[in-house]
Parts: sequence; structure tokens; C-alpha cells
Amino acid sequence: MNETATTESIEEVKPPATSVGVVGWIRANLFNNILNSILTLIVLYILWQVVPPFVRWAFIDSHWYTSSEACRSGEGACWSVIPANIRFILFGFFPYESQWRPLLAMILLVGLLFYSRDRRHWNKSLLYAWIAGLVIMGLLMKGGILGLAAVESTQWGGLPLTLMLSVFGLTAAYPLGVLLALGRQSQMQAIKTLCILYIEMIRGVPLITLLFMSSIVFPLFLPEGVTVNVILRAQVAIIMFTAAYIAEVVRGGLQGMAQGQYEAADSLGLNYYQTMRLVILPQALKIVIPPTVSQLISALKDTSLVVIIALYDLLKTTQSVLSDPNWMAFSSELYIFVALIYFGCCYFMSSYSRRLEKELDTGL
Amino acid sequence: MQTNPKSTQADPASKAIPFYNDPKKRSVLFQIATLLIVGLLAFYLLSNTLTNLEKQSIATGIGFLQKEAAFEIGESAIAYSAADTYGRALVVGFLNTLIVSFVGIVISILLGTVIGVARLSSNWLVSKFAGWYIELFQDIPVLLQLFFWYAFFYNILPSPKQALNPIMGVFLSNRGLVFGIPESHPIHKYMAIALVVACIGIYFLRRWARARQERTGQLFPAFRVSLAVLVGIPLLTWALGGAPTAMNVPVLKGFNYVGGRNISPEFTALLLGLILYTAAYVAEVVRAGIQSVSKGQTEAAMAMGLKPAFVLNLVILPQALRVIIPPLTSQMLNLTKNSSLAVAIGYPDFVSVAGTTINQTGQAIEGVALMMIVYLTLSLLTSAFMNWYNKKMKLVER
Repeated sequence: MNETATTESIEEVKPPATSVGVVGWIRANLFNNILNSILTLIVLYILWQVVPPFVRWAFIDSHWYTSSEACRSGEGACWSVIPANIRFILFGFFPYESQWRPLLAMILLVGLLFYSRDRRHWNKSLLYAWIAGLVIMGLLMKGGILGLAAVESTQWGGLPLTLMLSVFGLTAAYPLGVLLALGRQSQMQAIKTLCILYIEMIRGVPLITLLFMSSIVFPLFLPEGVTVNVILRAQVAIIMFTAAYIAEVVRGGLQGMAQGQYEAADSLGLNYYQTMRLVILPQALKIVIPPTVSQLISALKDTSLVVIIALYDLLKTTQSVLSDPNWMAFSSELYIFVALIYFGCCYFMSSYSRRLEKELDTGL
Repeated sequence: MQTNPKSTQADPASKAIPFYNDPKKRSVLFQIATLLIVGLLAFYLLSNTLTNLEKQSIATGIGFLQKEAAFEIGESAIAYSAADTYGRALVVGFLNTLIVSFVGIVISILLGTVIGVARLSSNWLVSKFAGWYIELFQDIPVLLQLFFWYAFFYNILPSPKQALNPIMGVFLSNRGLVFGIPESHPIHKYMAIALVVACIGIYFLRRWARARQERTGQLFPAFRVSLAVLVGIPLLTWALGGAPTAMNVPVLKGFNYVGGRNISPEFTALLLGLILYTAAYVAEVVRAGIQSVSKGQTEAAMAMGLKPAFVLNLVILPQALRVIIPPLTSQMLNLTKNSSLAVAIGYPDFVSVAGTTINQTGQAIEGVALMMIVYLTLSLLTSAFMNWYNKKMKLVER
């Protein structure tokens, strides 16, 4: 055997079947050492214990469009509780025949959100579209013009209320948070102190105390005869709460700016407002988009706390369905359904934030 | 931030700068105006409030703390009955908040660390599993999770007669979690003292070991010796006290268990919800901390011939902890603040007791102010402690 022949035979040797393809992948990722093999087996055992019974409960033995009696006699999940009560869960006490209005408002909102996903669409006209969209949504909910029957805001409830509290909360809290962050960085001592006091106080207390404040203390602050709608009061509490957190996020961005940026703006002769508007904020707000989005996600989740002051948001309508003796026993099914709605919204936002982070990563 | 670009470019032709163009004077004016507006607003609200309180004849002041509360509290760490004062009821609520927060923080940090490490595991299945867990529990409101676990205890778990019995002596039913505890014995008090003594002993032992290592370079197996001392001294006390082994085991009598330690469904549901929710966040914090230490650090430490345990203790952890501690602090505070959601599932925490107090006395302002003060104090204390710890852990930069 000469040397060339040996080289040729080496070139022809393929990797062993155990290190390529499915088997190779399994060996490399699941059984690459003893500890990992044991962990894999444990996880597989847990999955085996949990998944088949769950599938049986949720899909095989389940009921979909039956009455509650049929459910109680059966074994599996009773998804029938959802179609039977879906309109109350989603729209609360909104007049039955007008429920297309909140539905249309929500479709409009979701449409706008999807359109805004693409950064190429971010321009002035999108801003105007959002303003017009929010006004139209408000009119659809409130009614009273164009032949739409007026609906009192006390009758608003369900998913539209949840979305409204979060969307309006966020749009109002964001500029307020930016102002607070600028105030905290300000060189005017009085302003700085006020902002620090506000931010630290709000961040130190749970949202629920602010909601209590808005629902039971705030009416005492107003002159006699003046009342403010309870939804609006809760909305203001959510805005105040979220603004403090956004202020801290934005402060992170402001502190991330190099001193040279301020000096460059100064040397161009820009004043404070021009410096902030044209130089600092566009860069600072860009850096903090990912933490801002996670703040928005928690704001969306936090709107569920209005349950405690008895507003009929998505979670509260669900609970009222569960107080009906017919459906009382099927809490898991309903909570899973509502959890899926929240999960869908939050997952959409967090995956979007990850994508945005990648797109905005200019390597600077 | 530069606010005085104009002072340098003042026109020499006009000597006196009008006050509205002088940044210093302008800033003073601006601050006075702001303070004035805030002050006026506060005065307006205060005068409205006083008028309203007088009109509705609501009492003011904290005199109500001395009055009889006349409501029962389901669980309390100290003796309490409906005949006690509101003040004592609020203390009971506060202790309940502290208990649930403390237990919750400890367990969620442990669980979160495990999940965070699992997320980075080279095992695909384990890593995916941890990833799903984090995504799922972060994206569902904690209040909904609490409702779910509460309903789980009341609707799904069987009655005490068919209680689940996962481990010997532990029973899970719709009346809560019951487990056996050792029969109370005078020696337990001495065991607790022994534990404290052991902790103090370990502190001095480690100081001595470090000093000796710096002097002579000799290593001392501090971890193993401390563990032995920590377990050994209380165990020795127990043996000297006659080694009592009697257990107080729960027994089914009638419709519920008698004996053992009973943990209410409210408390268990609250704790479970808070832990599972917060652990997902802690896991992300831990993962980010570990990933922040570059691989070169590990390789450099190994190249210097350090053992794996030393690599972790002397190189990786000090650097990872620096990244982990600040966000971990805010997660601990979040858990404490989220524990106020207990009011929604009927666990008597501070907010819940204060809410009942407000309902009975009508003194909403004082009640809500008390809630805010208590949580503010807790937050400030926790952040002060964690800032101190953070400073201690900070890398000394040269």
C-alpha cells in the first residue's frame, strides 16, 4: 500500500452514523454526558406523566358546545363554558345589540398595531393615523353621534376595557415618563427633587395602593359636586404608575449618552430644548426601546389589577361567569382561555421587542 | 447637561442682559413658579379634603388604631382576637406580609437560579423546557395566576378524606397543605441557640482561615468545616437532650386533619403564584448575569491551574453577581409589592387588613397612607441592604 492510496481512502471515510443526522444530534444535545443523560430522562419522564393526561383532558374527553349539565356528567375539560359566555367575557355589560362596536374598535386597534410593526411605516402619517384611530375607537365605544346609541362608560367592560386601559395608559405615560426623566437629570434643584420624590415614591408602593387611592381617596380631594368617572380615575392611576417606571428606563438611556453629544450640541449653539429634541432624545430613546417594551408588557399585565377596585375588565368578567352556579366548577378552562389571550398579547410584544433589538443593533 | 450656552455669547453692545435671557435668573424663576404651582395645588386639594371630611363627618387622625377592631383574622403569627385593637390587627397583617414575602423571596431565588442555569444547559431538552417556563410565566398576569392556583385548591383538589399524599406525612387537600412536625420539646429552644452559636462560630472561623491564608498561603477547607459545624452543633445538642424523635403527625378526624402543621389554601396559593411568577424573572436575571462573564475568563482561570470549584467561586461568581444583584433587588421588591395582591384571594396581608379597617372606620386617607408608608419603608430598607451588599461585592477597579 503506498501513501497516495492511504490518503484517498481517508478522504472516502464518512463520519460514523452516530455523529451525524438525527442520532448524532440526539447524542450531541441530549446524551453528551452522564448528567445530561439523567436530566434528559427525568424531563422525558415528567413530560410523559403530564402531557398525555393533559391532552386526554383537554382534547379527547373534552366537551365543546354542550350545556353545563352534559359537562358535569363527563370526564374531560368543559370548553363549552367559553362559547356559552364568550360575549359577556369579551364585552362585559356593553349593550348586546351594539357589541359590534367594541369589536370593530378592537379590530381597528389590532390592525393599526400590525401595520406599525414594520419600521418602514414609521412616519408622520402613521402618527396621524394613530390619532385618528384612537378618536374613532373612542367614538365607537362612546357612541352618541352618527346615530350610534350613547353607551355610558360604566357599561364598558371586558377585553376593550383592558386594551383601552393599556393603550391609553401607555400613550399618556410615555411622554410623562420622558419629562420626569429629563426633570430628574435637570440642574434645577427644585425640579430635580420633585421628580426624584415622585419617581421613588411611586416605585416604592404597589399599584394596588394607587388604585385604592384613586377609587376611595381621590373623591375626597375634589370640591363638592364634582365627580370623576371611576374608569378615568383608574386610568390616571395606571398612567401615574407606569410613568414613574418609564422615567427610570429613559434615565438609563440618557445616562448612556456620551458627554461629547451634549458638548457638540452646545458648540452648535443649540439651546436646551433643541439639544434634547434634536440630539439627545432621538438617540437615548432608541437605546431603551427593548426595556421600554418590557415595561409596556408589565403595564398590560398590570391593568388586570383593576379587578380589585371592581372594574369589569377581562379578568373580572371571567370571574363573574365563574360565580354562576352552572359554570362554577370550570374555573381552569376559563382561566386557561383568558391566560391565552394575555399570553398572546404579551408574546407578540416580547417577540417584537427581540426583533427590534436585532434590527436596531447598529454596532455602536 | 449644559443649560447656559447663551451666557458665553452675550452681545457686548448691550451690557445689561434682560432677566428672561439670563439662564441663572430664568432657572430660579422657573423653579419658584413650579414650586408655587405644586404648593397651590396641594393647598387646594387639602382644603377640599378638609371641607369634605367635615361635611361627611369622618373622623381624622390615627386615634382609630386604639379602638377595638371587631373582626377576625384567619391566620396570624401573634395572638389575636376580634377584641384586640386595629393597631394590633394591622401588625398581624404586616407580619403576614413579611412572612409571605420572605419565604417567597428565598424560594423564588433558589428556583429561579435553577431555571436560569437550566436555560443555559447544553442539554437541548432542559434548555427548551426552561425557556418555555420563563416565557409562559412571564406573559401571564400574576393576579390571574393567583386566581388560578386559588381555584385549583378549592375546585380541583379533593376533600381531606381523599387528600393527595405525595410524600409520607404530607397531605394536600382543599383545606390546604398539612404536614407532620416534630413534637414540641424543650430541647428545640436550645437547638435554636446552638444554631445561632454555630453561625457566629463559622463567621470567626472564616475570618481566621482567610487571615491565615493571606499570611501563610495555606488553604483551609472552610466550606466543609462550616457545614459540619452548622449541622453538627445543633445535632449534638439534640443528642445531649435525649434525642426526642416523637412526631406530631396529622390524623384525619371527621372532616379535617388534626395535628401537624396546617398551611391554609390562601397562603399556599399566594406563595405558589408569587414564586412561580417571580422565579421566571429571576431566571432571566441569573442567565444574563452568567452570560455576562466572557468565556475567556473561565479559560484564563483554568489555564492558571485553578480547580473547577475555585474557577466558579473566585472568578465567575464575583463578576456575575455584580451584574445580577441590582436587577435581583428589584425582583425581590416586586415580589414584596405583588404580595399585596393577597387581598384578591382573601389572605390577610397588610393591604387586606388595612382595607377592612378602612371599610369599618371610613378613614380612607389614613388607611391608604399607612399602606403606602409600610411598602415604602420595606422598599427603602430592602434597597438599602442590597446597595450595601452590592458595594461589598463590587469589583475593585484598579
